[in-house]
Amino acid sequence: MFVNFWEDVVEYGPGFLAATVVVLGVTIASILVSWVCGLLGALGKQSRFAPIRGVASFYVWFIRGTPTLVQVFIVYFGMPQIGIKLSPVVAGIIALGVSSGAYVAETIRAGLSAIPKGQFESSLALGMTRQGMMIRIILPQVLRIILPSLTNEAISAVKNTSLLSTITVVELTLFAQLMIATTFRPFDFYIAAALIYLVITSVLSQLSAFFERRYARFS
Amino acid sequence: MTQAAHCDTGASAQPMLSVNGLRKSYGQLEVLKGISLSVREGEVISVIGASGSGKSTFLRCLNLMETPSAGHLEFENFSLDFESGARRQPTSRQLCELRTRIGMVFQSYNLWPHKTVLENVIEAPIHVRKMSRREAIEQAEGLLGRIGLYEKRGSYPSKLSGGQQQRVAIARALAMSPKVMLFDEVTSALDPELVGEVLSLMSSLAAEGMTMLIVTHEMAFARDVGTRTLFFDQGVVAEDGPPAEIIGNPRSDRLRQFLRRVVHDPAQLGPSA
Ligand SMILES: Nc1ncnc2c1ncn2[C@@H]1O[C@H](COP(=O)(O)OP(=O)(O)OP(=O)(O)O)[C@@H](O)[C@H]1O
Ligand SMILES: [Mg+2]
Repeated sequence: MFVNFWEDVVEYGPGFLAATVVVLGVTIASILVSWVCGLLGALGKQSRFAPIRGVASFYVWFIRGTPTLVQVFIVYFGMPQIGIKLSPVVAGIIALGVSSGAYVAETIRAGLSAIPKGQFESSLALGMTRQGMMIRIILPQVLRIILPSLTNEAISAVKNTSLLSTITVVELTLFAQLMIATTFRPFDFYIAAALIYLVITSVLSQLSAFFERRYARFS
Repeated sequence: MTQAAHCDTGASAQPMLSVNGLRKSYGQLEVLKGISLSVREGEVISVIGASGSGKSTFLRCLNLMETPSAGHLEFENFSLDFESGARRQPTSRQLCELRTRIGMVFQSYNLWPHKTVLENVIEAPIHVRKMSRREAIEQAEGLLGRIGLYEKRGSYPSKLSGGQQQRVAIARALAMSPKVMLFDEVTSALDPELVGEVLSLMSSLAAEGMTMLIVTHEMAFARDVGTRTLFFDQGVVAEDGPPAEIIGNPRSDRLRQFLRRVVHDPAQLGPSA
C-alpha cells in the first residue's frame, strides 16, 4: 500500500479535492440552515402563542428521536411521493441542516436561559424593542456561551455529510467507495478519506479555540 | 437637564408625571392598592418602606416595565388608562417611547458585559434615539468625564468595581436625556466603601434639577438630598411629605417601627437643621 504515493496523489488527488469541496460546501450550507432552524426552534419554544410552541416542540422531539439517516431518506426518497423532487445535494443540505437545527435549538435555549434577567430589563428600560434587544444585546451573549456546543455541532455536520453517500452525492465517502470498486484498495482509500475529514474537523476546533480566546477578554 | 425653578421651592408648580389610582396585582396578590401621586419637575422623591411593600413594583409601573392592573398615568404626551379587564394595553411603540423618556437604574447595574463602557453608553442613543455615532460618542465621553470614568471608556464592565459599574449604568440612562430618573436601591449591592461615590453622583444630579424617584434604604441620603419622601406600607403611600417631617419626625407607629429597623442609630436622624 502507498507504494506509489506520488503517483496516487497525481491520479486521485483531483478527485479527492472535488469531493472535499462537496463536503465543505454541504457542511457550510447545512450549518447555515441549522442556525436558522435552531434560532426559530429556540424562539418558537418560548413563543407566547401555543401553536408555535407546539410546532417547535414537535420539531425538536421528532428530529432528536429519529436517526439522521432516516431523515435524509425521507427528504430525498420520500418527498418526491408528495410531489417535491430535490436534487441529491439540495435534499442533503436541507435534511442535514434541519436535523442539526433541532440540536442547535436546544443549545440556544440553554444559552438563553443562562442570560441574567437584568440584561433583558436594562435593555427594555432604555426603550429598545424586543427584536433590537435580542439581536444587539442578548444573542451576542448567548453566542459566546454556546460557542463550544456549536463547534461540536459543526464537527458533527462535517461527519454527517458522509450519510449523503447513500443518496448519490459524490462526497468523500462515496468517492472513496467508487475508487475502491475499481482499485480494490479499501484500506488506502478509506484511510485517505478519514485523514481529510480529520483535517477539516481539526481546523474547526482550532477556529473555535481562537474565538473563545477572543471572547475571554470581557469575562 | 433643565435648570428649572429649582431653588428654595425645590420644584415648579406643574406636575410633569402623575398617576391616579394605580393598582397592580399578581394573580390574587394585590401589590399596589391604589396609588395617586403628582411629581413636579425637579422633585427628588425618596421612596422608603419595608421589604415587599411594593416600592419596586411602583417604580416599574411608572416606566411600564410592569403593566398596571388599573389606574391612570399622565406624562408628557402620554395619557394612559389601565382598566382591569379592558384590553387597551399600550402599544409596544408607546412602551418604547415612554421608556426613552423615563430612565431607570437597577440594583444590579446590568451593564452589558460584551460591550465596553463607551459602547454601553452609546448603544441606546444610536439604536433607539437614532443619534449619529459621532454625536453619541461625543455625548458619552462628556458623561463619562463627568462621572470620572473617561479613562475607563475602553474597558469591559467586568474590569470595573461595583461603584464604577453603577455610575456607568447611571450615565447610560442619562445618555437618553430622560425627563425623569428612577433609581431602585442602586447602592444596595455595593460594598459599603463604594456607596458614597454613587450617592454623590445622584446628589449632583439632584442639584442640577433632575426629577428623580429613588427607592433607598439610605435614610441620611433621603433626608439630605430628597425634597420629598414617600413611605410605602403594604401597597399604599402611607405618608408623603418633606423628608425632615417624614424621616425626622415620624408620626405613625409603623413608620417609627420601620425607621428603627433600618437605622442603626436613630439619633443620627433627628430633625435636621
Ligand atoms: N413578578 C411578580 N410576580 C409575583 N409577585 C411579585 C412579582 N413582583 C413582585 N411580587 C410581589 O409583590 C410584592 C412587592 O414586591 P416589590 O418588589 O415591589 O417590593 P419592594 O418594596 O420593592 O421590596 P424590597 O425592599 O424587598 O425590594 C412582594 O410580595 C413580591 O413578592
Ligand atoms: Mg424592591
